[in-house]
Amino acid sequence: MTAPLLSVENLSVSYPGRSGVTKALREASFTLGHERLGVVGESGSGKSTMGRALLGLIPKPGVVTASRMDFDGQSLLGASDADWQKLRGRRLSMIMQDPKYSLNPVRRIGDQIVETCLLHLDISRREAERRALDMLEAVKIRQPDAVFQQYPHQLSGGMGQRAMIAMMLVAEPDLLIADEPTSALDVTVQNEVLRILDDLVRNRGMGLIFISHNLNIVSSFCDRVLIMYGGRILEQISARDLGAARHPYTRALLAAAPSLDAPRATLATVTRDPAWLE
Amino acid sequence: MTQSLSHWLLDEAPGSRRQAVLGSLYRGLLAILSNPPGLAGLVIVTVLVLIAIFAPLLDRGISPIAQDLGNRLAQPSAAHWFGTDELGRDIYSRTLYGSRVTLTIVALVSVLVAPIGLAVGTLAGYLGGWVDIVLMRITDVFLAFPRLVLALAFAAALGPGIENAVIAISLTAWPPYARIARAETITIARSDFIQAVVLQGASTWRILLRHIVPLCLSSVIVRLTLDMAGIILTAAGLGFLGLGAQPPTAEWGAMVSAGRDVILDQWWVSTIPGVAIFLVSLGFNLLGDGLRDVFDPKETS
Amino acid sequence: MAGMIDVQDLRVSFHADGRSVHAVRGVSFSVAEGESFGIVGESGSGKSTVLKAIAGLVASESSTLAVHGRPIAQRRTKADRRQLQFVFQDPYASLHPRQTADQILREPLIIHGLDRHDARIAAALDEVGLKPEHRFRYPHQLSGGQRQRVAIARALILRPPILLLDEPTSALDVSVQAEILNLIARLKQANRLTIILVSHDLGVVAHLCNRIAIMQAGKLVEVLTAEELRNGGAREAYTRELVEASRGFTRAVAAL
Repeated sequence: MTAPLLSVENLSVSYPGRSGVTKALREASFTLGHERLGVVGESGSGKSTMGRALLGLIPKPGVVTASRMDFDGQSLLGASDADWQKLRGRRLSMIMQDPKYSLNPVRRIGDQIVETCLLHLDISRREAERRALDMLEAVKIRQPDAVFQQYPHQLSGGMGQRAMIAMMLVAEPDLLIADEPTSALDVTVQNEVLRILDDLVRNRGMGLIFISHNLNIVSSFCDRVLIMYGGRILEQISARDLGAARHPYTRALLAAAPSLDAPRATLATVTRDPAWLE
Repeated sequence: MTQSLSHWLLDEAPGSRRQAVLGSLYRGLLAILSNPPGLAGLVIVTVLVLIAIFAPLLDRGISPIAQDLGNRLAQPSAAHWFGTDELGRDIYSRTLYGSRVTLTIVALVSVLVAPIGLAVGTLAGYLGGWVDIVLMRITDVFLAFPRLVLALAFAAALGPGIENAVIAISLTAWPPYARIARAETITIARSDFIQAVVLQGASTWRILLRHIVPLCLSSVIVRLTLDMAGIILTAAGLGFLGLGAQPPTAEWGAMVSAGRDVILDQWWVSTIPGVAIFLVSLGFNLLGDGLRDVFDPKETS
Repeated sequence: MAGMIDVQDLRVSFHADGRSVHAVRGVSFSVAEGESFGIVGESGSGKSTVLKAIAGLVASESSTLAVHGRPIAQRRTKADRRQLQFVFQDPYASLHPRQTADQILREPLIIHGLDRHDARIAAALDEVGLKPEHRFRYPHQLSGGQRQRVAIARALILRPPILLLDEPTSALDVSVQAEILNLIARLKQANRLTIILVSHDLGVVAHLCNRIAIMQAGKLVEVLTAEELRNGGAREAYTRELVEASRGFTRAVAAL
């Protein structure tokens, strides 16, 4: 087996506050190869915090500590702002939930993608435009030329999310962190976007960290799943074996979601155990 | 004792409505106290109020209107801490009593301006249609004039005096409040919690008074506090031009005006009331900024 | 036989900037007393607009709406309002930020001139599983699930026969969603409520509702029972696509 793309040990994030320190992430350890890793949890579970920490995007006064955080043989611990800037966008990329907040509203889609190219790759403007168009095509946008000239508000939610994915992937990063990339989308569109991500991961050998609150999507889309609760990783399990999960929280989450195919008279509710955070 | 009171106020599970309301006020107070500029503003304004209330105790027995023509334009001294003016009146005592005039104007203007602005703004915003058009065009007419000039015109037409100055200032000060209240009302009226009371069958008046006005109130109060400086300056300007408080009432603007001719030789005559105007304006401005931070929902969420 | 709710040819359009958008284009259905009726669709299908038109929150054109066989006019009376109560999607936006749960629940009692306010408020809180300690809290001191409970208590405190639910759990975590769905199911049983539930989530709708309408682009595509939906009884291609998509991610595009 080759060395993992990303290996993290004891990653913690805490925020000092007026009433003591808030631990947003507690000693998370995992490794990621060229695979789709799902991160599932409810609000406050620390899943988004973990995604941000991996990109060096924890805002002050947040404190990030880890005993190890290696990306492709390079330690991210103590990376300077300049190091991060070189990595982010080029080798590490992130897709957010809502493209409205991530795309610049007053610039054309094409220009934004081209700019990302020029920033990270040593290529000519003409080459960058060609790649931008290719990328728009790769995310299954039907009229790439037209979308290239459009502004973000002219696109529907699904189209906007595709444009966003195109922008994040045009520099061909090695690791993509997707934070609820499909939660704002309708189910039918959701699956199209997932299929695009799936293609890209498989064809380009990217690693993908897929953060979501939706166990159903994660279990059907990802190879492996981390279950998070209260800032802690409770369980790591292969998506196929999710039905046989051992941790009571994972089992409760599975039983709490109403399912079309498995009707239940009453849904299971989650009884939280403080010992889970020990 | 104080410990248990603070506990009672900060209780996350208040046992009565009174406790809940007091608790949220107390949290607001704590927020202001932890905001240094806001605290400074609060201190200045509190000191101003205390001075106005206790002026008779603080005036060292010197009447603000007692003339001593033999001792005109005297330098600050042990007898007259801030010196005397062109009629030999004690500037320290006049500055103290001037705070009463200023506070009266501020209080009266607030009492007039906030309800007018709120009423016009919330009605226009909630009812929309022609009510909105008519009310907002009237507002625009008032906004089209420079404020001080309009206040001057009203004051000149109504005649000099504090009451008329208050009316003149209020007539020119309400339009921005109507604008703020209208903008807020339009946002609030669309929100689910207003739709929810509509669905319960609440009347328009009930919705406006009990649900919309309380929410507009905080930004109106903030704006009012920030505007206080302008109101004080306008009042001082009217006083300076002789259209505000009439002699021998001590009024800071009029005092600055009186010292104008001798500002190079007897600087204290103009400077002392000028500093008072400056400090009080600053105090209200800082307090307004602090209040805005406290009320800002983005901060509390 | 007249149902509890009869909707005939409901049409709603919105006009803005000289353009009009036909959000609902002729929807008819009826819901029997004590039934739970679900409406499913994607964003822009007009499902929420149907619910808001029934509640009287948006104006409809050329439609007839009858409750208990008695037509209800566009302009609602207080008595009409008591028939139909509404629970909004976002519990963070549907409670007045400066009012305690107590005030929020007291408001409908005052409006409708009911007596015994304190007893009714205490009972309403208890009914939705909130404790007396929650009574004087402001919305920001409550969790999302607790807020939605307050919103449900507010809707039920007037004892309406019909409850309209607009995505009542889509802003909540899965575990909290389960609690709220269980609560709704229990209250429906206890109060013999007639329910119309709108959601984008087929699982949620199928959990609570006997009959389910699928909406697309302002029209009803078809109406099915939960059983039919589960067992592939959908007649329309769009419904099948929706069911397929809601089962989770599939690598290959399902052969349509």
